[in-house]
Amino acid sequence: MNGAGKNEPDGTPTHDPGKAPTNDPSSASRRRRHVAFVALALGATVLPLAVLAMLLGGVTLDGLGRIGWDFLTSYPSRRAARAGILPGLVGSISLISLTAALAVPIGVGAAVYLEEYGKRTRIARIIELNIANLAGVPSVIYGLLGLGVFVRTLGMGRSLLAGACTLALLVLPIVIVASREALKNVPDSTREACLALGSTRWQAIRQVVLPMAFPEILTGVILAVSRAIGETAPLVVIGALAYVTFLPDGVLAPFTTLPIQIFDWVSRPQQSFAVNAAAGIVVLMGTLLALNGVAIGLRARLQRRKA
Amino acid sequence: MTAATASATSEPSASLGTGAVGDPSGAVEPAVGDEDPRPLTGRAAPWHERVIEIGLFACAGVSVLTTIGIVAVLLGETLQFFGEVSILDFLTDTQWTPLFSDKHFGIWPLLSGTLVTSGVAIAVALPFGLLAAIYLSEIASPRVRSLVKPSLELLAGVPTVVYGYFALVTLTPLLQHVVPGLSGFNALSPGIVMGVMIMPLISSLSEDAIHAVPQSLREASYGLGASKLATIFRVVLPTARSGIAASVTLAASRAIGETMIVAIAAGQQPRLGIDPRQPFETMTAYIVKVSLGDIATGTTEFRTIFAVGSALFVMTLSMNLLAMRLARSFRGAL
Amino acid sequence: MTMLVHEGQPTLLPRLSASRKRERVERTDGVAPKLRSRGLRAFFGKKEVLKGIDLPVAAREVTAVIGPSGCGKSTWIRCLNRMHELIADARLEGAVELDGRDVYARDVDPVLLRRRIGMVFQKPNPFPTMSIRDNVLAGLRLTGTLARVRPAEVVERALRQAALWDEVKDSLTQPGASLSGGQQQRLCIARTLAVDPEVILMDEPCSALDPIATARIEDLIHALSDRYTIVIVTHNMQQATRVSDSTAFFLMGELVEHAPTNQLFTSPKDRRTEEYITGRFG
Repeated sequence: MNGAGKNEPDGTPTHDPGKAPTNDPSSASRRRRHVAFVALALGATVLPLAVLAMLLGGVTLDGLGRIGWDFLTSYPSRRAARAGILPGLVGSISLISLTAALAVPIGVGAAVYLEEYGKRTRIARIIELNIANLAGVPSVIYGLLGLGVFVRTLGMGRSLLAGACTLALLVLPIVIVASREALKNVPDSTREACLALGSTRWQAIRQVVLPMAFPEILTGVILAVSRAIGETAPLVVIGALAYVTFLPDGVLAPFTTLPIQIFDWVSRPQQSFAVNAAAGIVVLMGTLLALNGVAIGLRARLQRRKA
Repeated sequence: MTAATASATSEPSASLGTGAVGDPSGAVEPAVGDEDPRPLTGRAAPWHERVIEIGLFACAGVSVLTTIGIVAVLLGETLQFFGEVSILDFLTDTQWTPLFSDKHFGIWPLLSGTLVTSGVAIAVALPFGLLAAIYLSEIASPRVRSLVKPSLELLAGVPTVVYGYFALVTLTPLLQHVVPGLSGFNALSPGIVMGVMIMPLISSLSEDAIHAVPQSLREASYGLGASKLATIFRVVLPTARSGIAASVTLAASRAIGETMIVAIAAGQQPRLGIDPRQPFETMTAYIVKVSLGDIATGTTEFRTIFAVGSALFVMTLSMNLLAMRLARSFRGAL
Repeated sequence: MTMLVHEGQPTLLPRLSASRKRERVERTDGVAPKLRSRGLRAFFGKKEVLKGIDLPVAAREVTAVIGPSGCGKSTWIRCLNRMHELIADARLEGAVELDGRDVYARDVDPVLLRRRIGMVFQKPNPFPTMSIRDNVLAGLRLTGTLARVRPAEVVERALRQAALWDEVKDSLTQPGASLSGGQQQRLCIARTLAVDPEVILMDEPCSALDPIATARIEDLIHALSDRYTIVIVTHNMQQATRVSDSTAFFLMGELVEHAPTNQLFTSPKDRRTEEYITGRFG
């Protein structure tokens, strides 16, 4: 009904130039206004995208020359030309893996509870409201939470584990929402079919509902977790280091990440470090793009299978 | 209500399926005389299903614990902070110099930095986001829409540290050619970049709101001879206004809480003012600055970040609640 | 057992069977019903959709429930295997007895109940991720009882009973969703039969099917009524006359009339029933 229908509403004289009454002097100006507005709206939609594309293009040009095997496998250095991102890269990958290992089971579990068990209960409604509010809490606040709870109270220190716990809580609302969407797309008739066969609720969930929702959950979860790769502020707050010349040797080791390394470089006044930052951004965006590509590919495959 | 809770007796799970189900011949020859041995009482669900349900509930509970954790950490440290610094000073002093020897703890300079950068961001994001929303829902074909909408959402997916780089390294030097008196660190450039980042929030949510305006209202307007533009601006947008307001409120809350862009490009000088060409320090950037420094935890200086964090939390939370209320009133009005 | 089922063409014409049906109604008179709803009231929120239904369901017969949309017939059938309570806001009073036992008693587990009262839904809903074979075995696998049976036998038996075996025996590994609508519905019936229920509830099982597929399902219902107690909700009065032994007419949440099918359609006692079956409303 919407969409195309709105595009060509019947009876609007402004739309079809061939049919516009030519004896009405105001119709020409109205048509001009319409065209101008469409151009303006289109411009406003496309301009930010164009700007982003240009910025990304620019940073790629700036940074690409810097990227090489050395850059990827070197430790940071006081001399920009010799500095590399190995600790950041390894740190980011370990951190994200750990974050996913924490956030995915909890998030999917919470989604299953809210969607399959708690649908009508008051406590589920409270939890839902709570999740909606958490999604709007600035990430830097999660940093303060991580600092207070994981780093200090639980004594994890400024470690990979503390960072992963913090990020896991940060992405949890997104994982929950994405998983719930996926579960919602499993038709109720499927659940009823299971229950009518005498299955218990959990038997239906584990053997039918979750397998059906799995590809979509996976897509949503990849997208949610990929957001955590770019997170910087909460990690800075819990005390991830910027200058790390070693690789983390366990979950309790100090760490740095790609975005923190970029932040460190971009904060330095020397132009040569800005080039390093640009190169780091190219690596970061490449990683993000790859992950999003995987998620989009999965989604496309899923849609093909449904069709 | 559920299988697991329906019955209190706990007969062992072995009773399930006794009788014809398990017996291969049963399916062909149901017992004659309707004397079915299969009981109705007892529990079909083995005990571990109850454990699983409790486990799933615990997963959902983590989010509540998160909220409790945030409030507890912020409140605890902030109360301690206000034991050392008067809350009156915090709210009325016009200087913020906790790291200097002449200490002042007035939140206003940080607040001013936050509001100026966010103000610039909204000034950019509102017109662009709203026009994009109108374009997507009223003008674009479904095909274009299905292509452009996810592309716009990419804008919100770029890591903020990358945006910070753009603001500081690309945009500020560019703007310095155009805007006289623009400092190397300023509120304008990160504000604009932040506007680009939050624009999809406005466009996406406003589009949903505009999309939800019943087609019959548009047809009524066309039926009165109104043009498409008049219909959009006189009928559709006013109907969707509280939905649009909700999207803008959410976007503003996001801008206020945004950290890395301003930490990189806005500077680190607490300043009470409104001129976006000058350097500012936002609340979020201050938290980052202290975290990066070597101030000992447990000192009043360090606790400032929790006090500032509390203020930030209260601001964003109330804006989010306002947005939710606006969205609800929009849905209710339809 | 294969002779019970009419494989291939719909051979058994409904009209031919009518006389046989009538005999059976008389024969079972006076026998304790398999199922009985007693003063059953059902609610969605504050809205009362069933206003005290007293209705016995005779064993090994087909009981049809007819009535205009919104009369509560679907709600009633969903109360029988406790599917009603799965809907948010749903509430219920009164009793349903299976072999004289209240299925809403505190100590009854609805899961165990549903293993004895199977259900076929309005829209065929085979599990989309499963093959035909796995669909038939779904109930056993879901309830963890598959290990106790020989799967191949169960599959063949259930599919033969559902008059689907000859059409799918060479494509058991194909997805269930690849079948036609009518075949899917018979697959759903086979799936229900595989867990060996005593009662089969059918909620407008043919409303999404074309006339030929409908005729085949009706034949099947007919054949199955020799060993199963069947309740069928239908909006199609002809269908009720073709398949059922007795018919109940619901109107606005109340049971207006319940009688042997022939009697209800030829000489209804209630004026409202007469108006409905002569097409004056609904």
